[in-house]
Amino acid sequence: MIIPASELRKGIRLKIDNEPYMVTEFNFVKPGKGQALYRTKLKNMITGSQFERSFRSVDTFETADLQEKKMQYLYKEGDKYCFMDNENYEQVYLTETQVGDSVNFLIDNIEVEILLFEDKPIGISLPNFVELVVTEAEPWAKGDTAAGSTKPVKVQTGYTILVPTFVTEGEKIRIDTRTGEYLTRVKG
Amino acid sequence: MSEFHPDDNFSLARKSQTLHTRAGLIQRIRLFFINHGFLEVETPLRIPSPAPEEHIEALPSGNWFLQTSPELCMKRLLAADYSFIFQISKCFRADERGDKHLPEFTMLEWYCAGFDYHQLMDQCQDLVWAVAKDMGIPEIIRQNTKINLEPPWEKITVANAFLKYAPVTPEEALAQNKFDEILVDYIEPQLGMNRPTFLYDYPAKLASLARLNQNNPDVSERFELYIGGLELANGFSELTDAHEQRRRFEEALQSRAVQSRAHYEMPEKFLHALENLPPCAGIALGIDRLLMVLTGQEKIDDVVAFTPEIL
Repeated sequence: MIIPASELRKGIRLKIDNEPYMVTEFNFVKPGKGQALYRTKLKNMITGSQFERSFRSVDTFETADLQEKKMQYLYKEGDKYCFMDNENYEQVYLTETQVGDSVNFLIDNIEVEILLFEDKPIGISLPNFVELVVTEAEPWAKGDTAAGSTKPVKVQTGYTILVPTFVTEGEKIRIDTRTGEYLTRVKG
Repeated sequence: MSEFHPDDNFSLARKSQTLHTRAGLIQRIRLFFINHGFLEVETPLRIPSPAPEEHIEALPSGNWFLQTSPELCMKRLLAADYSFIFQISKCFRADERGDKHLPEFTMLEWYCAGFDYHQLMDQCQDLVWAVAKDMGIPEIIRQNTKINLEPPWEKITVANAFLKYAPVTPEEALAQNKFDEILVDYIEPQLGMNRPTFLYDYPAKLASLARLNQNNPDVSERFELYIGGLELANGFSELTDAHEQRRRFEEALQSRAVQSRAHYEMPEKFLHALENLPPCAGIALGIDRLLMVLTGQEKIDDVVAFTPEIL
């Protein structure tokens, strides 16, 4: 779809030079006697790089065709992460940059959404909550009963997270992937 | 028209303090001009055609238009020997809506016979300082920067501002058809950050209704006022050469036609009056934006009671 600069909004995704960009800031500006301009900040959805540019109302843009597909994480091979479409068993690969911070919560066989730009995988979105096993933790020092005191522990992906002092090695904890923070212990 | 929303009432009530400040500002401005011997005038909001300018779009009203500024009628009054006049009126500009733009806004416009643009800059500075001081706002904060409103204010030519802040000269920017982009991206954010700043001596090509500088005809005697990066006012030593003004209007009309913009009539009565216009200077200052500066608001929505969206 082709849209004019005046219809750009925050969050709209565009195709520029064959790459997907997201509009992260958008403002109407106009020197009193001058051109109407649209001051825009754009983020490349593949490389993450951002740039600012002013467009005129006659400038037009092609919206980016993006889809999300449920896939399963299989394994890491070199610096590539492999995911599989459970419907047709097709496998796709993402780079470390594309996986980004999600790597902290990526356990084998977890189901994620893979963002596709013209059928090419470019990013990942995790479920809001994941449950991970604590693999390294200092034992609970008896007497440390202050409410709200925390300690760092390591979970199975190697991610270090602050948890309440009563959490012990081998326990499973629930984490909010959007904030990266501890939520609760999980029984069983 | 959208449905009534219970928040509308709250959003009006919430603006109480700003709306009181707004009334106080307008009353003090009026008093300043009365005390300086100006005549307050009223000119029609509905006019046959606005001044032909390339980038200003008027809203149609029947077969006529709503004024984009009171400039044409006020200069006809000057030509009839009303030497010091001011007006506070609504102006309308189509398709202008953003954090700093409303399609209907309030403009203060005044003219002084015998003045040039430097004298008018001084008067503008005196007006804003007198009003702000009287309101107990001698300094303001914008973009986390304290800005002292006390005169003397800063002045910088367009050429020097480009030299200081932009990667190109004004001539190069014009040749690349990028003057406005460079102004908006590189220069405006730097202007008026310590003291209010006048940007002046615009390239002759952007003279609009200003006269060219006699010593340097490459620039026009035009200025704009910036406070905290926000454009507040535009003023000129007025062009009194009807022949030259007609030529500029023709150029603007032609360029509007090429871009398929709305057709404006040549303002013949105005051009005729220009033959009797004394040497003078005039300025238009956005009241809503001045109030934004004085009350520390980032959005123009916050300094008017109603925006088009809540009507």
